[in-house]
Amino acid sequence: MSDNDLILKAMGINKSFGAVVAANDINIDIKKGERVSLIGSNGAGKTTFMNMVTGYLKPDAGSIFFKGENITDLNPRTITQKGISRSFQIPQIFEPMTAWENLLIALGTSKSNYSYFRDARSPENSKYIDEILDRFSLNDFANRQVSELPGGVRKLLDIAMALVRKPEILLLDEPTSGVGTEEKYPLMDTIAKALASENLTVIFVEHDMDIVQNYSDRIIAFYQGSVIADGNSKQVLSDENVQEHVTGKTKLKAKS
Amino acid sequence: MAKKIYQNMIFQSILLMLLLIIAGLFIPNWLVFVVTKAIAYGLVGLGIITLMRGGLVSFGQGLVFGIGGYTAGLLGTQAGLTDAVLLLFISFIFTGFVGLIIAPLLARYRDIFFAMLSLAFSMVLYGVLIKIDAIGGSDGFVLPSSTFFGWTPSKEYADYSLYTVSIIMTGIVSVLLRYYYNSAPGLMSLAVRENELRVEYLGASSFNITVINFTIAAALGGMGGALNGIALGHIDPEFTYWTTSGEFVFISILAGYLSVPAVFFAALLLELVRSFSGRYFPDTWQLILGVFLILSIIYIPSGIGSFFKKIMDKLKETING
Repeated sequence: MSDNDLILKAMGINKSFGAVVAANDINIDIKKGERVSLIGSNGAGKTTFMNMVTGYLKPDAGSIFFKGENITDLNPRTITQKGISRSFQIPQIFEPMTAWENLLIALGTSKSNYSYFRDARSPENSKYIDEILDRFSLNDFANRQVSELPGGVRKLLDIAMALVRKPEILLLDEPTSGVGTEEKYPLMDTIAKALASENLTVIFVEHDMDIVQNYSDRIIAFYQGSVIADGNSKQVLSDENVQEHVTGKTKLKAKS
Repeated sequence: MAKKIYQNMIFQSILLMLLLIIAGLFIPNWLVFVVTKAIAYGLVGLGIITLMRGGLVSFGQGLVFGIGGYTAGLLGTQAGLTDAVLLLFISFIFTGFVGLIIAPLLARYRDIFFAMLSLAFSMVLYGVLIKIDAIGGSDGFVLPSSTFFGWTPSKEYADYSLYTVSIIMTGIVSVLLRYYYNSAPGLMSLAVRENELRVEYLGASSFNITVINFTIAAALGGMGGALNGIALGHIDPEFTYWTTSGEFVFISILAGYLSVPAVFFAALLLELVRSFSGRYFPDTWQLILGVFLILSIIYIPSGIGSFFKKIMDKLKETING
């Protein structure tokens, strides 16, 4: 792999919360365009890793590089401006506003839109928001207040808001959590379809191994703050450590 | 085409300004004075609703009201500058600049801490002003009569001239403010109010937005203070006192943050209640205002601006057919 292919590099990352080790010498290289899922039981360090990449937490040691630039000490705002966006396990949306207005605000943060005397509801912005709504199958919910929307729709809107700025890396924190079993696949299908047209690197945290196998081309398994396996689904899900600490030995057969 | 012109905010504002200026010729002089004072208070209230859009309320807008008033007063007495338009404009710019200096300190705080810190600043200024005898101490000082582009109106038209200038200048800043509210950073204030974490993760700065909002609120407050000082012909440290700041909060809560004209309507209501209560029920006007505020919080929590917004939406619907 050449350095030009690398979009994200984590080197020797350590992070502890008191006696709890959340990251123990994490070294991860991620290539442009990869769809990577992070798996592991609760407290394994997946979300901590995501929070360090997006600047919410600072590592105790180690560095994180985005396209060769050290972003370890940058704040979430600057990291977002550089091209790394994220969604949240609990959707972080603006409750009293409509879905359309939420997207308008997300769009308004981009440099080209940040003007003090230009109406944010310009025809170009409206057109782009309508496109995004269409890609995420959110058209029917455009003018509804988001506090009234069902869980899956809120998740989609949260992801759509992260995508509006056209990031290069999108991190999704448990995109299907809190969503009914029968809704999970349609939800992931919608997300995958919406992201398909983007030249995007996607990193997502997920507990459902069927979803992990179907929607990612690389899996990184965490256990007690360490990476215990990294590779394609066949390699990772057949790994003994992963079976013992993450998936359970008899629960899953690796997909060939 | 005609429909577009009717919907145009600038056209609507010019029409409203013309109507008010013409109406001023037919209403009694005391009412012209009351409306001018209401505009002065409304300008400060407008500053507070700019902050309210970002989830903050300042309890100390007396600070900028006082700075604006003293700026106009000192320019009049010390520099001989009596042109009302210039005094209002300079107070607007100068107080905005002072706001920009204070804002980074205030913007670190939220909720009651922000409110109380702003109050503390205003009380510090009050304490300083009452001690400076050179500018009248607790008695304040008298401002020279205003001129308007070199013209000194007769006593009969002095109030009306100031009223006209205040309508025009307030109209201009209100339109500019509406543009700001509709812009991306202006809308971002509403997002900051709801979820600062998400705002940061969208790549915007809630700190910067708060600084901008406070600077705007300061500039508006300064202009309001200058207008009030010029209208009264007198300025004293009461401008910065906490009860004065409380009146601005009253106006903002009564108006809500949904409509710009509602703020001036709420300010006029305050002035009228104050004038009539003072005349017919001396020493009880705070009681009447208190009851008024309780009722408005219970029955119209979004403020009278919510009615104004509904009316405007209905009008738009009718025009659009």
